[in-house]
Amino acid sequence: MAEIVAPGHAVSIRGLHYHYPGVPALNGLDLDLEAGSFCALVGQNGSGKTTLAKHLNGLLKPVAGSVAVYGRGTRALSVGELAHDVGYVFQNPDHQIFGSSVRDELSFGPRNLGLSAAEVRARVADALHAFGLEGHAEQPPATLGFGLRRLVSVAAVYAMRPRLFVLDEPTAELDWRSAHELLDHFAALHQQGHTILFISHDMELVAEYAQRVLLMHAGRIVADAPPGAFFGDATALAHSSLEPPQVVRLAQRLRDIGMPADTLTVTAFATAYEALLATRRTHAG
Amino acid sequence: MLAIEIRDLYYRYPALHPDVEAPHVLRGIDLAVEPGEFVALMGHTGAGKSTLCMALNGLVPQATGGAIRGTVQVLGQSTRATPIARLACQVGLVLQDPESQLFNATVEQEVAFGPENLGLPVDEIRARLDWALALMELDDLRDRGPTQLSGGQKQRVAIAAALAMLPQVLVLDEPTSGLDPRGKAEVFAAIERLCCEREMTVVLATQDAAQVAEFAQRVVVLSQGAIVLDAPPTEAFAQPELLAQAGVAPPQVSRIAAALNARMGGALAFTRLDEAERSLRALARPAHG
Repeated sequence: MAEIVAPGHAVSIRGLHYHYPGVPALNGLDLDLEAGSFCALVGQNGSGKTTLAKHLNGLLKPVAGSVAVYGRGTRALSVGELAHDVGYVFQNPDHQIFGSSVRDELSFGPRNLGLSAAEVRARVADALHAFGLEGHAEQPPATLGFGLRRLVSVAAVYAMRPRLFVLDEPTAELDWRSAHELLDHFAALHQQGHTILFISHDMELVAEYAQRVLLMHAGRIVADAPPGAFFGDATALAHSSLEPPQVVRLAQRLRDIGMPADTLTVTAFATAYEALLATRRTHAG
Repeated sequence: MLAIEIRDLYYRYPALHPDVEAPHVLRGIDLAVEPGEFVALMGHTGAGKSTLCMALNGLVPQATGGAIRGTVQVLGQSTRATPIARLACQVGLVLQDPESQLFNATVEQEVAFGPENLGLPVDEIRARLDWALALMELDDLRDRGPTQLSGGQKQRVAIAAALAMLPQVLVLDEPTSGLDPRGKAEVFAAIERLCCEREMTVVLATQDAAQVAEFAQRVVVLSQGAIVLDAPPTEAFAQPELLAQAGVAPPQVSRIAAALNARMGGALAFTRLDEAERSLRALARPAHG
């Protein structure tokens, strides 16, 4: 797999406005995403997350302001041109799956990038392998279960080797294990240098995977911080309708007995609590 | 009379190829639910949760075809023999994908559609509409078209439309997966209230263990088409290995209890945040004497 070297910004947005007929969606939004970052985009239903995401692959164009992806303004670019750089994974896999077999589904994107037949075959083989779908290559996607269809929809985007992945609630309706498996794939892609932006309501996954959390409210980014600091910002959270994961809330409640309030995972909690007990026992003894 | 009584239910969808039989997605389900119970249905994707939900209002097998064995009785009626339209008056079903069930021009029309088709007086329709919209906090959106709604708003519309029918049994298939955390908690709380106040029976397929621990009386875990666990939340979530095999995550606080037990050999057990706080605070208190 090719190493991606792209210093600077994957995404640069200035003063972005967008409205659907009669309904404002984005209100002067500014955002920079560094190339190679793993960011979570969170916020209430209707806060504009999906609308923002659709600006990154050119499905929507700014009403005012500008959106640049890897230095190129999206206004003049078609969805097809942007697809070289931006892989968009839809909220509902069935909105993007239409191939007659998994292999066919995965070939579609690379073929439309104008790649040679040999290169298309190689990319499809790589994508089948990366997502453990070899055994399903000849099956019609429609006959697969939801979790597998989700993987197919992601593998199809992966086969286009975009530098930036935009994932719109990729784990909604997946069970716990499948959700972690899916995000582990993206953690690996992130390691290889890809930029990841994922929209999620699952604060547990956000705490575990994201380096940076962006909170949207009423069409703007209203908070922007690493997960530890983000979940500690009670004002910003109260502003939206978000709650930190249980682990974080429990650690915050136990702050007075010495739990670090920025504990993000079950393992980190257990380690910190065990240490806390040890200290207390030493003092008591 | 039981609200739901399922005996030895086996089901498979129609074969995709004439010479290859589809596998059973439900295998030997036995389930009895009392009126007013709030049952959470959990399990990995593909465990059979959606199929079981659809068997409760007759969509399986009446609309899906396929091969079914065993019996499903809801409110004393066989869901195989009773027409879906008749079952729909008593059994509400909210599907996983709200878009598949919204088809009217406005939110208001969508929610009024069911009661209108029951042939209710206009005042009654109006009253139910206002009640369901208020309960799902949709008052401000009543004139919007479904395409102008976000995913989570669509889910709330689908739930409001089901509630407006005042069903005795409400079946929801992952209705809150697209909702933000507060929206999710509000929907769960509203459903629980209906459960208590109106003795509505609720079967809810969900992945959200924290909400289940808070609101459900009973957890039924499906794995590969069979029930592998049926217990109150406290008991169910204290079995992390069994749940992990079934692809179910207990609430994070229960996972903390399990992680601490593994490290320190204790017997901590909690499923809710308050319990966890009390218990861990007590444990950290310096011993007396």
